[in-house]
Amino acid sequence: MAVKVIKPGLSTTVQDLGRPGYYHIGIPTSGGMDLLSLAAANLLVGNPAGAAVLEAVFTGPELAFEQDATVAVTGAAMAPKVDGVEQPGWTSFRVRKGQVLSFGFLKAGARAYVAISGGIDVPVVLGSRSTYTLGTLGGLEGRKLAEGDMLSIGAGQGAAEGRSLPERLRRKPGQPAELRMLPGLYWHRITEAAGERFFEDTWKVAPEADRIGYRFKAGRPLDFVPQEQPFGAGSDPSNIVDACYPYGSVQVPSGTEPIVLHRDAVSGGGYCMIGTVISADMDLIGQLQPHTPTRFVKVTMPEALAARRDRKAVMDEINRTLG
Amino acid sequence: MTTRYSFGGDEHIFVECGAEMSLEAFFKGLSITNALREARIAGVTEICPANASFQVRFDPDIIAPDDMLRELQALEAAAGSAPSVLDTRIIEVPVLYNDPWTHETGQRFRERHQDPTSTDIEYTARINNLDGIDGFIRAHSGAPWFVSMVGFVAGLPFLYQMVDRARQIQSPKYLRPRTDTPRLTVGHGGCFACIYSVRGAGGYQMFGITPMPIYDPRQETPYLRDFMCLFKPGDIVKWKPVTRAEYDHIVAEVDAGRWSPRMAPVTFSLADFHRDIDGTNARVMEALNGR
Repeated sequence: MAVKVIKPGLSTTVQDLGRPGYYHIGIPTSGGMDLLSLAAANLLVGNPAGAAVLEAVFTGPELAFEQDATVAVTGAAMAPKVDGVEQPGWTSFRVRKGQVLSFGFLKAGARAYVAISGGIDVPVVLGSRSTYTLGTLGGLEGRKLAEGDMLSIGAGQGAAEGRSLPERLRRKPGQPAELRMLPGLYWHRITEAAGERFFEDTWKVAPEADRIGYRFKAGRPLDFVPQEQPFGAGSDPSNIVDACYPYGSVQVPSGTEPIVLHRDAVSGGGYCMIGTVISADMDLIGQLQPHTPTRFVKVTMPEALAARRDRKAVMDEINRTLG
Repeated sequence: MTTRYSFGGDEHIFVECGAEMSLEAFFKGLSITNALREARIAGVTEICPANASFQVRFDPDIIAPDDMLRELQALEAAAGSAPSVLDTRIIEVPVLYNDPWTHETGQRFRERHQDPTSTDIEYTARINNLDGIDGFIRAHSGAPWFVSMVGFVAGLPFLYQMVDRARQIQSPKYLRPRTDTPRLTVGHGGCFACIYSVRGAGGYQMFGITPMPIYDPRQETPYLRDFMCLFKPGDIVKWKPVTRAEYDHIVAEVDAGRWSPRMAPVTFSLADFHRDIDGTNARVMEALNGR
């Protein structure tokens, strides 16, 4: 049985918890950008937390169901509708065979997660169903959904309708956003004054923001400490000998517009990185719309680990509540 | 050459073996990452060697960041005395230099280039004092290249020219990256060559194109059936200039599933290489002829 794609939405892909283990040959983890919302959607419909779901960016798809299923939509505020009747977010609801699931306009956030009981059944590639479009890998033929696609749905009855996640456990898209960052990597390459300005300035999410990375603009340019460039690096002061890029790393090509790499990251390259957004705040990036005012907040490793524990505590409580 | 450690957030540790590129820095990273793989430390999730550095991703819920750092420092101390010898392979990569597709793409993004009135290959020949396009092709394809990193996108090799530094081709990256690069473009930035495994954005100069796929997510290409990416760090590449007719022929053979690259096992010793660069290169390249 299956679900037919009537309209794909702007950029809708199949994602699960990702494909770790191949970054050393340039294949990134992929997976949902907001993993907390992805897991919650799955648990609401009775799936394992890591089942494959649809990640819809800015606009939702229109889907015709050829079977009964339980559905939940989490993440961005984008009201789901069944045959035109609005359904609550972060809550499971039934869709009957022959009914159409569609979405209202985006009200907050950027990415909605659509879980269907049984999960999206695309082939597992290198241990995951996630789509990596740059490498034409995983998901549905390695690409975003298109009109007329048929999505196979796995077996499974699904949980009852009306299961809902308490308000306090739901993702609240930050406005303005604060992204906590641990300085490091090539931080020593920018001047002390530039380092202070970087945290003082309010940046804005640029239109070039996707699963590879989020670009930020509107802050003041960063100055580099003068040096003779190392052999092999290239002549621009922001160039380094091509190296590996951490997920969440903040690179500053030419010292102007920082780019934070995300789940479909390029695995390496020759631009200086000045630090890394901490793991606890990666989900939040996936819910930032273009033009969102954003500040980077300097943290220490103990603070990063405390934030990680806090996020894990929320995830554990979601598991307990819906498990 | 001092080793520098830095945390990349709470899940990564970045280790720079040398700020500048050298085969010594590469081999240091390779020996530590090999030792780390063998050590099977709980919590280590990704081990990524790079040109003159490497990166480890770990789960801080399983191994604390400071413990991860100490493990790596201990491995570095133990790896210091290991000889830099590698059992590897040489792969011949056909290249149509100065091809029409990268030429067209280069012209489309000319305003992002250092020299808008020239082509990438003419510009790079000039700033490296090479005798035009033919002189460039002789210099580029005359000596083998060492795969010192795989990444950026799936299966893309970074290659380091196996000649002394004075003879290494160097070029800047585009002033602003292009939004398009043909698949299988042979590129160059800093001292590194690369082969773009997929079509996409890129900032490297473009010199030619190979008919030989190096990444196949469907794993239908005969030599990519075992794994979808061809290259791994430590591979050695010999570029082979081909004509347009030879290029077209190989493309047709690849499409018919009848073509595989020439490759042969070789042993590479860094000490031998430094003692006699041209002699070592000649021996490595002879392996392709079954000698």
